[in-house]
Amino acid sequence: MLDNYLPALLFICVGLLVGIGPVVVGFLLGAHRPDSEKNSPYECGFEAFEDARMKFDVRYYLIAILFIVFDLEIAFLFPWAVVFKELGWFGFGIMALFLTTLTAGFVYAWKKGALEWE
Amino acid sequence: MWLTLASFAGFLLFLVISAITVAFHLKLTLLAAFVVTVACLLLMVAYLTYAERKIIGYMQIRIGPNRVGPKGWLQPIADAVKLMFKEIIIPSGANRFLFILAPVLAMGPALAAWAVVPFDDGWVFADVNAGILYILALTSMGVYGIIIAGWASNSKYAFLGAMRSAAQIVSYEIAMGFALVGVLVAAGSLNLSDIVKAQSSGYGFLSWYWLPLFPLFAVYFISGLAETNRAPFDVAEGESEIVAGFHVEYSGMLFAVFFLAEYLNMILVSALTTIMFLGGWLSPFHGTFLDAYFAWVPGVLWMFLKVAFLLFFFLWFRATFPRYRYDQIMRLGWKVFVPITLVWLFVTAIFVLVHFPPWFAKGV
Repeated sequence: MLDNYLPALLFICVGLLVGIGPVVVGFLLGAHRPDSEKNSPYECGFEAFEDARMKFDVRYYLIAILFIVFDLEIAFLFPWAVVFKELGWFGFGIMALFLTTLTAGFVYAWKKGALEWE
Repeated sequence: MWLTLASFAGFLLFLVISAITVAFHLKLTLLAAFVVTVACLLLMVAYLTYAERKIIGYMQIRIGPNRVGPKGWLQPIADAVKLMFKEIIIPSGANRFLFILAPVLAMGPALAAWAVVPFDDGWVFADVNAGILYILALTSMGVYGIIIAGWASNSKYAFLGAMRSAAQIVSYEIAMGFALVGVLVAAGSLNLSDIVKAQSSGYGFLSWYWLPLFPLFAVYFISGLAETNRAPFDVAEGESEIVAGFHVEYSGMLFAVFFLAEYLNMILVSALTTIMFLGGWLSPFHGTFLDAYFAWVPGVLWMFLKVAFLLFFFLWFRATFPRYRYDQIMRLGWKVFVPITLVWLFVTAIFVLVHFPPWFAKGV
């Protein structure tokens, strides 16, 4: 059973190595002549005005929070979907209840304007 | 500086040792297949960039790259060699370790997800029962590379691009997830090979899930476009607005790895769409009278053709559609796709319960 997952582990390691390999090659083969102008952050030819780690819009947080809620719903739906055929109409009813609750929350977020980007 | 190098070297050593340890437990033939698969995937990425430039070139009445090698065939190789010799610039304000780690984090999951992808009947590396779960987990990891890159660069454009990109990716992840659940309900399994087999109800290409689950198919593929930050959803790296977004400070091979990851993700999305909606390795004539004439075609070739077909759409969309505005993208994801997938999830569940023929007939 666990043996089935070994190739997946190998793929993860090799995936990271395929990421690291070219970077190492690039550092070895590439030129390395830094100067202060070249190393300054890009800002359309200006001197950088201020640090880039600035305040950003709260809506990004809101999207992230909504994402967590909905992604968890999806995670809950996965096991239900797998055994759905055995559960039949009973499973359908239960999940309809669950999804209706979810949809109510979704409609609330929608009406509150959480999904607006003007 | 030295601490960064040391931790990087340690990480590298750990990866190599664990890869060797795992490889030691596998059969030699499996290892050979593994090496060939990874090499083929990287080659596909290289020639996808060539195809993109060529196809978009012809769509714009140009001929695209044609100087390096016959008809420009060696162009991707030349590009790769050129990038190798380019200087890697690390901005002075950047967090060096995270700056270098970000492209690796983007690349790792893009390749790792292929472990559970079936190329043909039984031709899959990790035939695990949690295939879709694994895919969902790994494709979600991709956003870390982008957000870390944007933050570590300490540049305003990179930061803006990363914020936009992260919000966009997580928004479309929802629609994608619901589409996945729809397929799960239809197929009743998390194993990708079983999902393909569930689509062989004997009417050729009509028995694949694209027909009964058409809204989910469309949502999944379009969300895939948005997930990979491709046109028309490429505000995160809109060249004319925020000069390439999260990877504006990246150069040389660091940039190339981001590029590789993006193209690998495009191929992955196409492959997953093929498996879940277009019958994976199944022949389009499966179960019909034409089946005998095409029996000689290996399944992996059908798979490849379908993936290439979908990839062509990626390129076609880029040549055709103007870029969406950011608020339009978020509206499409949350206010159109999420409701569509929710409704069709119910419709699919009812289809399954009433054994709607031929896709969900008893015994399929």
